[in-house]
Amino acid sequence: MANTDFHLQFQEFEDEQGFTENNQGATTVTIDDPIKSRKQRKATGTAFEEEDDDDKTELLSGQRKSAPFWTFEYYQTLFDVDSHQVKNRIVGSILPWPGKNFIEVYLRSNPDLYGPFWICATLVFAIAVSGNISSFLVHQGQPKFRYVPDFSKVTMAATAIYSYAWLVPLALWGFLTWRNRKITSLVSYSFLQIVCVYGYSLSIYIPAVILWIIPNEGLRWCSIVVALCLSGSVLVLTFWPAIRDDKPRITTAIISTIVILHVLLAVGCKACFFSTYEMDPSKYHNEPSTATNTSSTN
Amino acid sequence: MAEVEESSKRMFAGLSDISISEDIPVEGDISVPVRSQNADDDFSTLDEPVKDTILRDLRAVGQKFVHVLYPKKSSALLKDWDLWGPLLLCVTLALMLQGGSADSGDDGRPQFAEVFVIIWFGSVIITLNSKLLGGTISFFQSLCVLGYCILPLTVAMIVCRIVLLGSISSISFVVRLIVVTASFCWSTFASTAFLADSQPANRKALVVYPVFLFYFVIGWMILTFSPSP
Repeated sequence: MANTDFHLQFQEFEDEQGFTENNQGATTVTIDDPIKSRKQRKATGTAFEEEDDDDKTELLSGQRKSAPFWTFEYYQTLFDVDSHQVKNRIVGSILPWPGKNFIEVYLRSNPDLYGPFWICATLVFAIAVSGNISSFLVHQGQPKFRYVPDFSKVTMAATAIYSYAWLVPLALWGFLTWRNRKITSLVSYSFLQIVCVYGYSLSIYIPAVILWIIPNEGLRWCSIVVALCLSGSVLVLTFWPAIRDDKPRITTAIISTIVILHVLLAVGCKACFFSTYEMDPSKYHNEPSTATNTSSTN
Repeated sequence: MAEVEESSKRMFAGLSDISISEDIPVEGDISVPVRSQNADDDFSTLDEPVKDTILRDLRAVGQKFVHVLYPKKSSALLKDWDLWGPLLLCVTLALMLQGGSADSGDDGRPQFAEVFVIIWFGSVIITLNSKLLGGTISFFQSLCVLGYCILPLTVAMIVCRIVLLGSISSISFVVRLIVVTASFCWSTFASTAFLADSQPANRKALVVYPVFLFYFVIGWMILTFSPSP
């Protein structure tokens, strides 16, 4: 009885490995489709999804970025994210959790460039649009003011934000790599992971910038402080494991640099694009009058 | 003989189990050799009058305009892509955003080159983004679709200019806001109707969002346009 039970027992096979290992005689054509296997994993239950992704990424992390950087496939690996992953990463960058490190929980050796690039682009256009709206609202009561859209704000905002999102991670990565030679810490981040963290940490500024349309100084400072606290703490929590083995002076120096640069970006954007007291009304008042003066004297 | 047949049957027995599971998308282009007939036609188009050649291209462009205005899930835009329509629309939009004033006092207004660069550079970046996310659409097809779907926004620009010929008041602003919002929604909907099929299913939102941002920026430029006195 026991023997026939063994032969009649239904054996569960895993997706591909089971077939190739156990059935040497059968010929099976398997087409590797990462999207299909990810869908199958999702079908088995989202509770296990994170662990499955973790296993898969750890297995493949050695093979993932093997394409040379001058091929298109290398950059495709940098955009290998789904919609829900991007959503999770944005939520994770807004809500700091003391135990969770953003890079370890959300990135897990799959940093992407989609988030940083498009969050920065959205922030640039949000600043330009909100700045124009707020200056329009400030000047609305003045009779001689004619609204002219200020397009140069876009280029200024783009330069500021993109250089912050790329040069600061570069400097930070260089500094951390240099310190790692002296003090081998267990945690070391790659350049793309640091860029990813910085890019996603800017996402809290988008609703803050939209709130800045309302020309109320108290509200603006309030939203700046809240946004700074949230994203600053995400950054600090992320980089703390990498530098806590270092000398205390260096540690505090790095943490304070990160925070100060973040503060400077926020305050600088507010000061440049959203000033409630405008120095410009005199310019708009003088131009038509000087034009008429010169035409009358001519 | 029979033994050889038997052994060969046993050898090939396993091949009957080959199965390709059905949810793997099999797609590609099969080009029917109708092209050879077109090659003969190409030789003969040298003899036809210029008016016929131009009218044929214009008719193709106009047909695509109609497809954009009534977007259905057809692949007419994708099959024969051309960039004449996008160029025409882009130049028209950039010229109309100039305001007709030659003075440089109001230099906050976007220059012709800025509008041009935003439209083309934005289209290229969105196309690259969709290809990096694993889209199957080709580079120029995507440029073609994004360019043609600017048509509703260009129509909105014309309407705004006409509305602004009257007085600049809050009523005109509300009318312009409604027109621009409607055409922005129309553009986004039309382009996603054409582009959505070529993206992997779990990344559609990632591809649609940049298109939304792109048309939002163009709509913003149209809405904030104010003519010089």
